[in-house]
Amino acid sequence: GRAWLSRPEPWARDGRSGEEEEEEEEEEEEGCSQLYPGHIPTSPLQKALLAAGSAFMALYDPYRHDMVAVLGETTGCLALPNLRDKMKHHPEGYRILQERPRIRLSTLDMARLRGLPDGTLGREYVRFLEDNKVSPDTRMPPKFVDDEELAYVIQRYREVHDLMHTLLGMPTNMLGEVVVKWFEAVQTGLPMCVLGAAFGPVRLSARKLQVLATELVPWAIRSGRNASCILNVYYEQRWEQPVESLREEIGIFPPP
Amino acid sequence: AAAGLCPCRALLSRRGGALRALCGSVRGLAAGPETHFGFQTVTEAERREKIYQVFESVAKKYDVMNDSMTLGIHRVWKDILIHKMNPFPGTLLLDVAGGTGDIAFRFINYVRSVRERQLQRKLRHRQNLSWQEISESYQEDKSKSLGDSQVVVCDINKEMLKVGKQKAQHLGYSEGLSWVLGNAEELPFDDDKFDVYTIAFGIRNVTRIDLALQEAYRVLKPGGRFLCLEFSHVSNPLLSRLYDLYSFQVIPVLGEVIAGDWKSYQYLVESIRRFPPQEELKAMIEDAGFFKVDYQNLNSGIVAIHSGFKL
Repeated sequence: GRAWLSRPEPWARDGRSGEEEEEEEEEEEEGCSQLYPGHIPTSPLQKALLAAGSAFMALYDPYRHDMVAVLGETTGCLALPNLRDKMKHHPEGYRILQERPRIRLSTLDMARLRGLPDGTLGREYVRFLEDNKVSPDTRMPPKFVDDEELAYVIQRYREVHDLMHTLLGMPTNMLGEVVVKWFEAVQTGLPMCVLGAAFGPVRLSARKLQVLATELVPWAIRSGRNASCILNVYYEQRWEQPVESLREEIGIFPPP
Repeated sequence: AAAGLCPCRALLSRRGGALRALCGSVRGLAAGPETHFGFQTVTEAERREKIYQVFESVAKKYDVMNDSMTLGIHRVWKDILIHKMNPFPGTLLLDVAGGTGDIAFRFINYVRSVRERQLQRKLRHRQNLSWQEISESYQEDKSKSLGDSQVVVCDINKEMLKVGKQKAQHLGYSEGLSWVLGNAEELPFDDDKFDVYTIAFGIRNVTRIDLALQEAYRVLKPGGRFLCLEFSHVSNPLLSRLYDLYSFQVIPVLGEVIAGDWKSYQYLVESIRRFPPQEELKAMIEDAGFFKVDYQNLNSGIVAIHSGFKL
C-alpha cells in the first residue's frame, strides 16, 4: 500500500511568491504544506543555497552521506520527473509506482534469500550486503523533494543502489562507488550522479585512475546506455532470477 | 496579499499562538497549558521535551553554528555583556543556561586581567614600603589569580554541559569554575547567594520566563545584578526585512549543511520571533521585583542586553 500519507491542501502550493508566504509555509510543519512524512518545504532560494552548501560539504567531508542525498534532492528537479515518466510508461515501472515497494531489512526475508542458490539475485545481493557490511536501512529518506511521487522515485533510486552494486559486481570502496556513479549518471541523468562521477575520482590513486579510465568507465557508460531503465525492474519479484540472466535482460554488459 | 487563500494565514501573526491551533488543531486541544514551540502550538510539557532534544542534538556543533550564523559577531556581543558587567575580583557569578561556557570563560578572563592590574599596582606601591610592612604582606593569603571570584555554570541539558566541560579542559580553565545541572525555573541554589546572574541566549528557551525571573531574583544577593543577553526585535523596517530574509532563508540551510539538522535551526529562528520584544521583557523583569531595569540594543535590536538590580 501507499506509505506516503497526508494529501496536500489545495491552497498550500500557492503563494510561494512573497517571502512572507514562504516563511509561513515553511514554518507550518504539521499538516499544512508537508507532503509526506519528513518533508521540509523549501523556497527556491533555500534550494539553491542547499545545493551549493551540500555540494561543498560533500566534497569537504566525504563521510557526510547526508549531504550527497541533499544534493541529489535539490538538483533533481529535471531528472526526477523524467525518471518518473520512464517508469510510468513501462508496465513493471508503472506497477512499482502503484505498489511503492520498499527495500528494507524489515521487508526482506534475509534467511530465504540466503538460502537461494548461488548466482541468483537474492543470494548475491545478500552476499554483497554481508561482504561490504552494509545495510539497506541506512538510506536517507527524502526531505526536500516537493512532490510526493518524485520523493518515492528518489527513495527507490537510493534503495536500488545496492542492487546496482550487485548487478555491476562493484564493491563499496571509492573505486567501486565511482563506477556505479558513472553508470547511474548515464541511466538517470541526476546531476548528483554526474557530479559524483566527475569529482569522485579526485581522491583515487594514479593506478586506480588508470584502470578506471581505460576499462571501468567505458564499460559503465556503454552498459548504462545500452540498459533499459533500472528503476523499471521489480527486483523484489526477481530474487530467484540468476544475476547473469537479469543482466542480459536489462542490457548490462558483463563486468571486466 | 495571498492571505485570503488560507484562513490560517489571514489570522496568523508572528505571535498568534492560539490561532495556530487551526492548523495544528489536534495538538492545540491537548490537555495541559498551551504554549508555543517556534510557530507550533504545544503543551508546556511537550515544549520542554522538544527544547531539550533540540539542544541535545545541536550541542556538539553549537559553537561552530554560532560562528557561522552570526559570522562570529556573537563573540562581540558576549564581550560587551561582560564589559557591561565589569566584574571585580571576588565576584560570584551564576551563569544560567550557560551550556558551553562562553560567558563563564569570558568572566574568568576579565577578572583575571583586572586582578593582574590590581597586583601590578600593589607591586608598584610596595616599592616604597618599610621592611615591616613587607613582611606583613607575606602573611596575607597567597594572591589567587582570580582573587576569589567564582562562576557557577548552570544548564538544564546534560549534553551542553558535557561540551562545556570538555571545552574548559581543552582551554585550560579549572580554577573558580563549577558546573551544575539545573533548571532555570527551579534553581538548585540558596537564597541571596550570587552577586551577578546572567542568562545569555537562554531565556528564550525557558518555558515559564516569569518563574525564571523570580528564581533569578531569589538567588541574587541584595544589591545583586541581573543581566540578560538575548535576541530581540528590530524596529527598523528595512533591516527587519533583511534580517528575516537571512534568518528564514539562510540559517536553516546552514543548520542542514553544517550540523545535518534543519529543524533545530528552524526552531531557533522561529523562537526568536516568538520572544517578547524589549519593552515587554523589561516589564516582566520589573514584575519579578527588579529595580532600575533598562536595556541596551546591540545591532539595532537584533540582540538586546537587559539589566536589573535587586535592591
